[in-house]
Amino acid sequence: MLYYALKRLLGALPTLFLLLTLAFFMMRLAPGGPFDSEKSLPPEIQANLDRKYHLDEPLPAQYLRYLGDLLRGDLGPSFQYQDYTVNELIAAGFPVSARLGLLAMALAVVLGVALGTLAALHQNRPADHAVMTLAMTGISIPNFVLAPLLILLFAVHLGWLPAGGWNGSRWQNLVLPVIALALPLVAYIARLTRGSMIEVLRAPFIRTARAKGLPEHTLILRHALKPALLPVVSFLGPATAAILTGSVVVEQIFGIPGLGRHFVQGALNRDYTLVMGVVIFYGALIILFNFIVDLLYAVLDPRVRYR
Amino acid sequence: MTGGAPGRSLWQDARRRLLRNRAAVTAMVILAIIILLVTAAPWLSPWQFDQIDWDRLSIPPDPASRHWFGTDAVGRDLFVRTLLGGRVSLLVGVVATLVSLAIGVTWGAVAGYLGGRVDAVMMRVVDILYAMPFMFFVILLMVFFGRDILLLFVAIGAINWLDMARIVRGQTLALKQREFVEAAVASGLTTPAIIGRHIVPNLLGVVAVYVTLTIPQVILVESFLSFLGLGVQEPFTSWGALVNDGAQEIESAPWSLLFPASFLAVTLFCFNFIGDGLRDALDPRDR
Amino acid sequence: MALLEVRDLEIRFHTDDGEVRAVNGLSFRLERGETLGIVGESGSGKSQAVLGLMGLLADNGRLRGSVRFDGEELTRLPRNALARLRGRRIAMVFQDPLSALNPHLTVERQMTEVLTRHEGMGRRAARRRAIEMLEAVQVPDAARRIRRYPHEFSGGMRQRVVIAMALLCRPDLLIADEPTTALDVTVQAQVLRLLRDLQQRFHMSILLITHDLGVVAGLSDRVLVMYAGRACEEAGVRELFHHPRHPYTLGLLQSVPRLDTPAGEPLRAIPGSPPSLLQLPAGCAFAERCPRARPACRETPPAMREIAPGHHLACHLEPPP
Repeated sequence: MLYYALKRLLGALPTLFLLLTLAFFMMRLAPGGPFDSEKSLPPEIQANLDRKYHLDEPLPAQYLRYLGDLLRGDLGPSFQYQDYTVNELIAAGFPVSARLGLLAMALAVVLGVALGTLAALHQNRPADHAVMTLAMTGISIPNFVLAPLLILLFAVHLGWLPAGGWNGSRWQNLVLPVIALALPLVAYIARLTRGSMIEVLRAPFIRTARAKGLPEHTLILRHALKPALLPVVSFLGPATAAILTGSVVVEQIFGIPGLGRHFVQGALNRDYTLVMGVVIFYGALIILFNFIVDLLYAVLDPRVRYR
Repeated sequence: MTGGAPGRSLWQDARRRLLRNRAAVTAMVILAIIILLVTAAPWLSPWQFDQIDWDRLSIPPDPASRHWFGTDAVGRDLFVRTLLGGRVSLLVGVVATLVSLAIGVTWGAVAGYLGGRVDAVMMRVVDILYAMPFMFFVILLMVFFGRDILLLFVAIGAINWLDMARIVRGQTLALKQREFVEAAVASGLTTPAIIGRHIVPNLLGVVAVYVTLTIPQVILVESFLSFLGLGVQEPFTSWGALVNDGAQEIESAPWSLLFPASFLAVTLFCFNFIGDGLRDALDPRDR
Repeated sequence: MALLEVRDLEIRFHTDDGEVRAVNGLSFRLERGETLGIVGESGSGKSQAVLGLMGLLADNGRLRGSVRFDGEELTRLPRNALARLRGRRIAMVFQDPLSALNPHLTVERQMTEVLTRHEGMGRRAARRRAIEMLEAVQVPDAARRIRRYPHEFSGGMRQRVVIAMALLCRPDLLIADEPTTALDVTVQAQVLRLLRDLQQRFHMSILLITHDLGVVAGLSDRVLVMYAGRACEEAGVRELFHHPRHPYTLGLLQSVPRLDTPAGEPLRAIPGSPPSLLQLPAGCAFAERCPRARPACRETPPAMREIAPGHHLACHLEPPP
C-alpha cells in the first residue's frame, strides 16, 4: 500500500513540473511586459521595477529563481494590487472557494449516485427516462447559463434568496451558487452511476448473489454499489477540475470573493503573477486530488492493492 | 458474439437502430433547423448584426420593428446577433473538434499499432498531460497572447485530443489482433499503409460517437471563454458572449439572456442526444 | 414423489430482433439423491432452463410451464418466497468461479451472508460453519484463508469455495452449470470426485449442465440431450452411451475423441450449425443437419416417446435409428 502510494506520488511529479515550466515560459513569452498598461513610464522607473521584480536577469536565472521561490511557497507580489502578495490573495480567497466547492462536490456525489442508482434499477421504465432526461438537461446547460437563470427565478421573481454576495457565508447566500456549481456534475455522475450500475448488475457475481437467495436491497447495497461506484471515484479527479473551472464563473456571477473571482479579475487586468499563482495553485490542487482519488480507488478495489 | 469484420451490415444495423431512437431523430431534426437558421441569418432580418437602432434600445421582442428577439442595451438586433453568434459557436465547435480529431487519431493509432516501448512512452505523455488543468492554460493563453479566434481553435483543439488518443489506442490494440490486419501484415504492407487503410477505417464508429460528443464540449469551452470576455471580441459575438451580456441585464431585460441561452442549451442537448444515440446504435449491448 | 418435476417448460426472450425461443417444451424429472446430466451445445437452452426454474431469468425473459419442487409449484411462488428457497434448498454452482465470486468482498463475507440470511445465524456461528464447509471441500488452512479475497485463490480452490458456498445450508438440490469447464484438466477430475463424494455425504440431487460428455459419464445417473431448446433423447447413462438412438446424440458421441478410437480414423464433427432461435423450423429442429432426415421430419416436431424402459426419444425415424 505504501509502495503504491509512493509510486503514484512519483507519477504526479512530472505533471507538476510540466505545469510550472509551461506556466513560467508562457508568461515570459507573452508580448509586452506586465507594466505596459500603465502608460509610458519614465525609463528609470521602468528599470527600477524591472530590477525589483528581477526582470533584468537572463531567462534561465529567472526560471531558477522562480522555481526556488515556489519551493519556498512564494508566488510573488501581485502586479495589480500593489500592497498584496499573491499568497495573501490566495489565502483570503481559498477558504471561500473551498467551502463552495466542497459543498457542491458533496451534493453532486450524493444526488448523482442516488439518481443514477434509481435509474439503473428501473432501467427503460418511466423513472429511468425521467432521470436521464433530467440529466441530459443538466449536462446541456452550462453553469454560466444556469446561474443567471437561477437568479432570475429565485432572486428576481420569487425573491426567496439573495441574487449574490457572500455575507460571511450565510446559508442563504450559499444555496444558489452551490446548486449552480453542482447541477451539471449531478447530471454527469447520475449518468456515470447508471451506466456502471447496469453493467455491474449484469455481472455473474450478482447472479451468484441472487442464486444465494439474498434480498434485493442487500444485493444492491452490499454487492453492487461498491463496484458500481469505482467509475464515480475515478471521476472525482476530473470533477475537481470541473468544480474549480465552474467556480470561476459562478463566483463571478454571484459576486463571491473567492479565488475564481481573483482569477478572472487578474486575467482581465493582466495581473500576470496573480493569474499564474492561481493557475499553479489550482493545478497543484487538481494533481493532489487525483493522487487522493488514486489512493481511494486502491482502498476500494482489493485487486489493485496487491499489484 | 463478436461477429465478423465490421462491414456493411453493421452500419446498416446501426442506422436502423439510430433511426428507431426517437430522441436522437428529434435531436437531428432540431439541429438541422438550427444550422439552417444560422446559415440563412442575414436574409431573415432587415437588421445588420452591428447596426444600432437608436430608437429602440433594450426593447423586448417586437415584431412591428422586426426585432423578433428584441434588442440589446446598445440597440442591436438580438435575433441576428443570436444567429450569428451561433455561426461562431458552431464553427468553433466543428473546427476545434477536427483539430483534436486529427491529433488524437494519429497519436492513438500510432501508439496502439506500434505498441511496446513507443506505446508506453506515448501513453505516459498522455497521462501526464491528462492531469494538467488545461482550461486554465487556455485562459492564460488568451490573456497573454490576445483574443485571436484562430488561436482559440488551436488551443481548444489541442486540449481535447487526449480522450480521443486513449480511445483510439484501445481500439487499435484490439483491432491489431484481428485476422484482416494480420493478413495485411503478412502480405507485406507498410506500417503507414496498414494504419491508414485498415486500422483507421475500422475506427470510424468510435470516432463518430466521439466527435458528436466533443463538439458540444468545445462549444461549451468557447462559450465559457467568451463569457469571461476572453473569446470572440466585439462587434462579433458568440452564444457565450451573448449569455454574458444578457446576464448583466437579467433584471431589466431577461429576454437578452433567454434567447441566446436557449439556443446554446438546445444545441448542446441535440448533440448530446445524437452522440448517445449513435453510441447505442453502434454498441447495442449497452442499453 | 420426484424432488423436481419440470413440465412443458417454455422460455422466450423479447429482443429488438424478435422473440428468441430459448426453451421449447422441456420436461424432465429428478429423484432424490439422483444426478441428471443435461447435455447440449451452447445455445441449446440448457443454462436458460435451469436459470428459469430458479427464477433468475434476465428482465426480458418470460417463462411458461410447470416447475414442481418437492411438491411445490415454483412458477406461482411470489418473488420473495422463491428467494428464500434459493441458496437454502436449491443451490447453484456456476461455470467460472472467478467471475461468480464478488471481487470486492472477502470469502468470509460471501459465505456467512448465506447463513445469516437463511438460518439467522450470528456472525461467529456462521463463520465457524463456513470454515467447516471449506474444510469439507478440502480447502487447506481454511480458518486463515477465509479472510482472503477471491482473486487470492487459485482456479481450483476458487471453485471449491463456490461449491462450499452452495452447500452451506445443505440444499436438497444442487444445480451445477458447467462446474469444471473453466478449470485445468487435472483440477477438473478433482472437482468431479469432490462433487461425487459430497453428494453421497449430504444425500442431495444434482442437476449437472454441461457440453462435455466426459463429465456426464463420470457423474450422472441419467442423461438428457438437448437441441435447440428441446429434449431429443433421455436415458440412463450406460444405455445412452452404449445405445444412442437420436442422430444428434450419435453425432455428439462420434465427435468426442476416445482412447479406443482406432488411430488414424478422423473425428467426425456434425456438419452445419444449430438453427436460429429467432426462427425455429416447423419440424424437427435437427432435420437440417440430420443425415437421414425425411420429408416428414420437416413438417412436425417429433414428440418424446419411450422406446425402451427408461429410454425416451424424440425422432420421426421408424424404426428408430
